[in-house]
Amino acid sequence: MSGSTRLLEVSGVSVTFDGFRAINNLSFAIGPAEMRAVIGPNGAGKTTFMDIVTGKTRPDTGRVIWGDENISLIGMSEARIARAGIGRKFQRPTVFEEQSVRDNLTMALKADRGPFKVLFWKPSAEERAKVEDIADTIGLAGQLDRTSGELSHGQKQWLEIGMLLAQDPQLLLVDEPAAGMTPAEREHTTDLLKSLAKHHAVVVVEHDMEFVRRLDCKVTVLHEGSVLAEGSIDHVTKNQEVIDVYLGR
Amino acid sequence: MRALPSSVPWFLGILGLVVLAVTVMSEAVGTGLISTSFLKVLGMTLCFCLAALAMDVVWGYCGILSLGHMAFFGLGGYAIGMWLMYARTEIIVAANLAGRAIPPTEAELRDAIGSQIFGVVGASDFPWVWGFAHSLPLQLAMVVVVPGLIALVFGWLAFRSRVTGVYLSILTQAMTLALSLWFFQNDSGLRGNNGLSGLQNIPGFLDAPQAAVALAFFLASALALALGYVFFAWVVSGKMGSVIRAIRDDEARVRFLGYPVEGFKLFVFTLTAIVAGIAGALYYPQAGIINPGEMAPIASIYLAVWVAIGGRGRLYGAVIGAAFVSLVSTWFTGGGAPDIDLGFYRVDWVDWWLVLLGVSFVLVTIFAPKGLGGLVDLWTERRGRDRHGADLGPDQGALREREAGE
Repeated sequence: MSGSTRLLEVSGVSVTFDGFRAINNLSFAIGPAEMRAVIGPNGAGKTTFMDIVTGKTRPDTGRVIWGDENISLIGMSEARIARAGIGRKFQRPTVFEEQSVRDNLTMALKADRGPFKVLFWKPSAEERAKVEDIADTIGLAGQLDRTSGELSHGQKQWLEIGMLLAQDPQLLLVDEPAAGMTPAEREHTTDLLKSLAKHHAVVVVEHDMEFVRRLDCKVTVLHEGSVLAEGSIDHVTKNQEVIDVYLGR
Repeated sequence: MRALPSSVPWFLGILGLVVLAVTVMSEAVGTGLISTSFLKVLGMTLCFCLAALAMDVVWGYCGILSLGHMAFFGLGGYAIGMWLMYARTEIIVAANLAGRAIPPTEAELRDAIGSQIFGVVGASDFPWVWGFAHSLPLQLAMVVVVPGLIALVFGWLAFRSRVTGVYLSILTQAMTLALSLWFFQNDSGLRGNNGLSGLQNIPGFLDAPQAAVALAFFLASALALALGYVFFAWVVSGKMGSVIRAIRDDEARVRFLGYPVEGFKLFVFTLTAIVAGIAGALYYPQAGIINPGEMAPIASIYLAVWVAIGGRGRLYGAVIGAAFVSLVSTWFTGGGAPDIDLGFYRVDWVDWWLVLLGVSFVLVTIFAPKGLGGLVDLWTERRGRDRHGADLGPDQGALREREAGE
C-alpha cells in the first residue's frame, strides 16, 4: 500500500430510481486495511451504495475513484470491478448450492478469468493448499466435498466469506454478515472480519448495533441516501439526529 | 489432464458394444440382419445424439435455452451438401461433355454444372454462396466456420445486451426462422424449397454399394459422437464446468466473482453451434436430402424436447433422450406402431405421435425433471448405498434462511 491513504473514494454521488432519490450527494472514503461499518434504517441507501461501488447501478452524478492509480469505476462492468479488487458478499448467502464447497472456493480463487484460461486451468499444489487453508479458516475444513446446498445457513454465510477470501480483493463489501446466525457463529464472524481488516479494507453493512459495537471500528450512518454522521460507535450513538432517525425507533 | 467423470468409460463401452453389434448385423460386412435403410436411421440417430450433447451443454449446463441449434445443424448439412452436389454434378456433366469433338473449357463446364444444379429454380449462374463449393477442404471448413461465425455474431449481440431467459430463447427462435426463410428463397441461391438432394452419393465412392457407404457413415458418426462426448465431458468438468453451471444458477453472482459472463456464454454458444454443425454435416449425407424446412424452429424445439426427456445437465441423458425419442418417433411415424381401434375412433399413430410426444414432455417436466437419465441414478445409488455410511442428518438451513428473511 504505497503511501496512498485512500483506497476508495466516493464523492457527490446521486442516483434516482423513478423519481425516488435513493442516493443523495453521498461522499464516502475508506483507506487500505480499514474496517468500516455502515448502518442506517431500511431504505437509507446501504445496498444501493454497494451496487454503485460494484458496478451494478450507475450513478446519475458523482465520482467513484479506486486505488493508487485513481481509476474511475463508473461505467466499468461488474466483472471488471471485481477483477480490479472489490469483492462483495450479499445479504442472503449466495453460494452455488449444487456445487461442492471445494468447487465454490476454487471458482472464487484468484486466477485468470478468461474463458480459455479457465478451460485449461489446473490447480497447482499451492492453490489446492490455499483452498484447504481457507476452508480451515471458515470452519469447513472437513466439508470440502459436501454439496454446499446441504450446509446450514451460518455455514453458507461463512462459505461466502471464504469465497471472498479466495478472491483476495483489496476491498470487501459485506452485507449483513451475521444475519440469521447463532450468537456463537456471530462471534466467530466478528473475529474473522477483524482479522481480515488487518490486511484489507472491509465495509460491513449491518442492522444490528450490538454486532457493530463488537466490530469496534469507525461507523458511517446513512439516512435518506446521504451520510448523516460518521465516527466511533459511541460518537454516533450520542448524535441527536442519529437517535431521532434510527436508534430512537 | 484432469480426471474425467466416471460416465465416460461407461458411455464409450456401451457405444462400442452397440457399434460392434450393428456392424456385425450390417449388410456390408455382416449377417444383413439390419437393413441398409435402418442402418442409415441408426447413423442419423447418432448425429442427433451429438447435436443433443451440444444442446445439453448450452442449455443443461449453461442455462441458455437456444432454439436455434438445429439451424446450425442444418448449416453444417448445407455446407457439406453443396460440395457433394457440386462434385457429383461435375462428374456427370464431365461425362456428358466428354463425347464432344472439342473438349469443354473450364467456363463451359462450370456453366453446365450451374444449369444442372439451379435449373429447378430457373437459374444457371452460381450465386456467391457457392464460391467454395468446388473444393472439399474449403467446404469442410465452412461446416465449422459458418455456424461458428453466425453463433459468434448473434451471441455477441444478444449476450452483451444481457438478454436472458425466455427472451433470449425467443431471439434465437427469431434468428432460426429468419435463417430458414432466407434459405427458402430461390434468390438466395440454395435452391429454395427444393433444398439439396442426392447427397447420399459420395463422389469418389460412386461405385461403392450404399450398404458400405451407410456403414462408413454410421462408424464415422459413432466416432464423432464418442469424441464429442469425451470433449464435452472434459469441457464441463473442472473449473469451466463450475463456472458455466454457476452462470446457469446465478449469473449476477458470477459477475461479482470477476468472470466475464458474456464471454463464457459466447464461448459455450459458439462451441456448441460448431459441434451441431459437424453433426449436421455427418447427418445429411445419410439422409440424402436437405431442405430449409429442416432448419425451421420446430426442429430446434424437438432438440430441446429430446434433451429434456433424456435429462438435462448430464451428458448421457441428452444422448439417451435423443436416441430414444428419435427412434421411437421413427417407429411411430413409420407405421411400426399398431393403430389402436377404440371402436368409436381409430388412433392412427402417424397423426397421434406428436400428441403423445407432447404429453410425455409435459409429464417428464412435471414428474421426472431428471428425465430418463435419472433412471441411472436409481441404479448407481442402490449400488453405492452401502459405502456411504450414515446420513449426514436433516439440514435445518432452509428454516433459518426463512427466519433471516423475516
